[in-house]
Amino acid sequence: MEYAVQLKHVTKTFGKVVANKDVSLDVRYGEILSLLGENGSGKTTLMNMLSGIYYPDSGQIFVEGKQVEISAPKDAYALGIGMVHQHFKLVDVFTATENIALGLDKKEKFDQKAVKAKAAAICEKYHFELNLDQKVYEMSVSQKQTLEIVKVLYRGARILILDEPTAVLTPQETEKLFQVIRNMRRDGKSVIIITHKLHEVLEISDRVAILRRGEYIGTVDTKDATESSLTEMMVGEKVELNIDRTEPVNPKKRLSIQNLTVYSREGVKILDDVSFDAFGGEILGIAGVSGNGQKELLEAIAGLQPAAKGSKVRFFGEDQEKPVELLGKSPKQIRDAGIHLAFVPEDRLGMGLVGSMGMIENMMLKSYENGHSFLTDRKTPRELAEQIKEELHVVTPSIQTPVSRLSGGNVQKVLVGREIASSPIVLMTAYAVRGLDINTSYTIYHLLGEQKEKGVAVIYVGEDLDVLLELCDRILVLCGGKVNGIVDGRTTTKEDVGMRMTNLKKGATRQ
Amino acid sequence: MKEMVTGKEPFVRIIKRDVPSKKDQVIPRVLAILAALVVDALFIFFVTGLNPFAVYGVMFQGTFGTSIRFSWALRDLVTLLCIGIALAPAFKMRFWNVGAEGQVLMGALATALCMVYLGGALPTALLLVVMCLASLLAGALWGWIPAFFKAKWNTNETLFTLMMNYVATSIVACATNIMRGQASSLGKLNMGTQAGWFPSLLGQRYNINIIVVTLVMFLMFFYLKYSKQGYEISVVGESENTARYVGIRVKRVLMRTMCISGAICGLCGFLIVAGKDQTISTNTAGGNGFTAIIVAWMAKFNPFYMALISFLLVFLSRGASEIASAYGLNDFAVDIITGIILFFLLGCEFFIQYRLVFREKTRKEAQ
Repeated sequence: MEYAVQLKHVTKTFGKVVANKDVSLDVRYGEILSLLGENGSGKTTLMNMLSGIYYPDSGQIFVEGKQVEISAPKDAYALGIGMVHQHFKLVDVFTATENIALGLDKKEKFDQKAVKAKAAAICEKYHFELNLDQKVYEMSVSQKQTLEIVKVLYRGARILILDEPTAVLTPQETEKLFQVIRNMRRDGKSVIIITHKLHEVLEISDRVAILRRGEYIGTVDTKDATESSLTEMMVGEKVELNIDRTEPVNPKKRLSIQNLTVYSREGVKILDDVSFDAFGGEILGIAGVSGNGQKELLEAIAGLQPAAKGSKVRFFGEDQEKPVELLGKSPKQIRDAGIHLAFVPEDRLGMGLVGSMGMIENMMLKSYENGHSFLTDRKTPRELAEQIKEELHVVTPSIQTPVSRLSGGNVQKVLVGREIASSPIVLMTAYAVRGLDINTSYTIYHLLGEQKEKGVAVIYVGEDLDVLLELCDRILVLCGGKVNGIVDGRTTTKEDVGMRMTNLKKGATRQ
Repeated sequence: MKEMVTGKEPFVRIIKRDVPSKKDQVIPRVLAILAALVVDALFIFFVTGLNPFAVYGVMFQGTFGTSIRFSWALRDLVTLLCIGIALAPAFKMRFWNVGAEGQVLMGALATALCMVYLGGALPTALLLVVMCLASLLAGALWGWIPAFFKAKWNTNETLFTLMMNYVATSIVACATNIMRGQASSLGKLNMGTQAGWFPSLLGQRYNINIIVVTLVMFLMFFYLKYSKQGYEISVVGESENTARYVGIRVKRVLMRTMCISGAICGLCGFLIVAGKDQTISTNTAGGNGFTAIIVAWMAKFNPFYMALISFLLVFLSRGASEIASAYGLNDFAVDIITGIILFFLLGCEFFIQYRLVFREKTRKEAQ
């Protein structure tokens, strides 16, 4: 009875894709185990088999020494296994207590007071900060996550699985989360954290189990591991984890945003009086908790989002004296005006590309109108597709294969490749490395660095503060749709940016 | 020690296939047809007491029995195919045009009006051209109206196009009443002069219909596949956000495409009136506007596959009426026979997309 959970030779396939191949894994009582691996390495699939969402094709699962069959989430609960998914499963209009009560065994008498008392005791015990009477739609992301964890504990989970819990949190919130996780460990619970952030692995876990392309690579004690040793196990080769940041050379003003205000369709103010300049030859980072206006900011510049009266987005071309107003122009009008504005949107397959089309047709998106013929020209896009496939090492069976069938990293290479090929003057990217493996992420950083050296004004909306601090020359922090300071990427600290992301300063700075 | 706790492996699981290969796409369909024929045979034998093989023979005769039957079948085929082609661009754009019936009727009405009121005034060739243009325009208008409302106020196009069918039916009913005047029925238009009737070409009455639709089929194929507008249609259909992102004017594409879709439906009305019925009634479209939806979907909007599916449907329906008259079966029995074939064909699509995995007993014994 040494192990809380043991997986033995577990295999799971989806069609021809092997998600997990012969994986064996042990989890001890009272330990924090990090499950580390790149996107698509099978971490979530493996844990979904523990929590009853998938059923393994072969292999056995032992919980507390007994072999078990988990074919539904309720089986997992009965065994004391609880999982907090990346996407929360809560009812927005219910209070915290009601969400906890939801789905409890129907044989029990429903007594909301008792539920609340028991939940409050759990919060007390592990130092969760949670208002049990608050409705979910009024909660911040981190509060929702806390609620999910309390919900799982309420059901008597002794083994907790957290799927990428820090992806949506600020540094301060992450620290708080780690504290409660440590409290749970002290109580003898086993916690499995799925993640791909190395420094967090080193900070929180006792042991690290590593998966690579669905295969189990090994488990190491955290005290014996370093960032580079873990990366090597994850990727299978040595990876250079450095970002070259050159000094901006001869910065020229390219974009000037003044008093930009954007309302959502429902009339909610999303961007509030945003002003800043972007210069050629520099990377301007935009930090902020997701949903604080980043998307609308880029879309307003790209001509996809109407702005309120009084807003100005001016583009400075070769003739610095004669800026062009971009607001009110459609993306096509911007292109027709000869303004090379490239935009890598957040939703790659839903906005930047057409998933069901191959590389060639996706190259055509920006160029299909060229020429006077009624028919489309396919030769140039084909050449471009070949070139991007070659230069960026896009892994695809053929340039005709629908891009939705490529891995996330290759999809992004296709999109970034196309945008860079338009020889942009301004290049905007939204969450350019979200979901990408380490190698591809660094490829993207290098590409952005290259563009910067060519004199392109790069705007980089990011979520990983470590990367923002390493990559960007200046960092603009958005909070509640307002600019909460523009800081120097070389001198600022993670804590400073984190604070600005969550606490709006009075009379937020304008530049 | 091998104590089992909770849960059981589910009896059957549904798993999505990867991209099915050509072989995996063809074999299930062939098997489905064979299975349908077997089930049909059982039905025919046990319920109607007839010899299934004889019945299948008669069914075959429905299309291939005589050369005149074959030409009727071709005529029906191209009518259905023409509407299917008309629907393809709209459906590809994810605009659910279920108003083909009405668009065909409006095209037919425009044709009939030209025949009645311009019949004596214009030389034949010019009259035909005017009829054709009028039908295209009328159909395009009927397709444009719902697209305009969708673009402007985001109305639901399925309901809108559906209701436009009833409006068209009423207009046609009204117009036929005016045209027939005191006569008890409208009868063939320009019976005496045959003005505006398609001449028979190479000795075949329906050759013009066949040629026109074949031409439209090729044009549509190239339009969707190689033209800039066809490309815009695909992008809008796949992702409106992407279309906006690259600066395609979505509303314009919406209206333009529905004009094309409606216009081809209108053209079909022209072919029916000038080339087949030489008259008009509220039944001129005859439900083809709805059957064509099946055609377009089953063919995944490829005009050439549409020709195949149209053939199958026409073959089934002509075969069915042949059986009904030869054996004196009632319509319901015949509907069941064709229904079974369609059921199997559509049902097998599921097995092309997914496969079932049954619980294996062996894995537990092995442990």
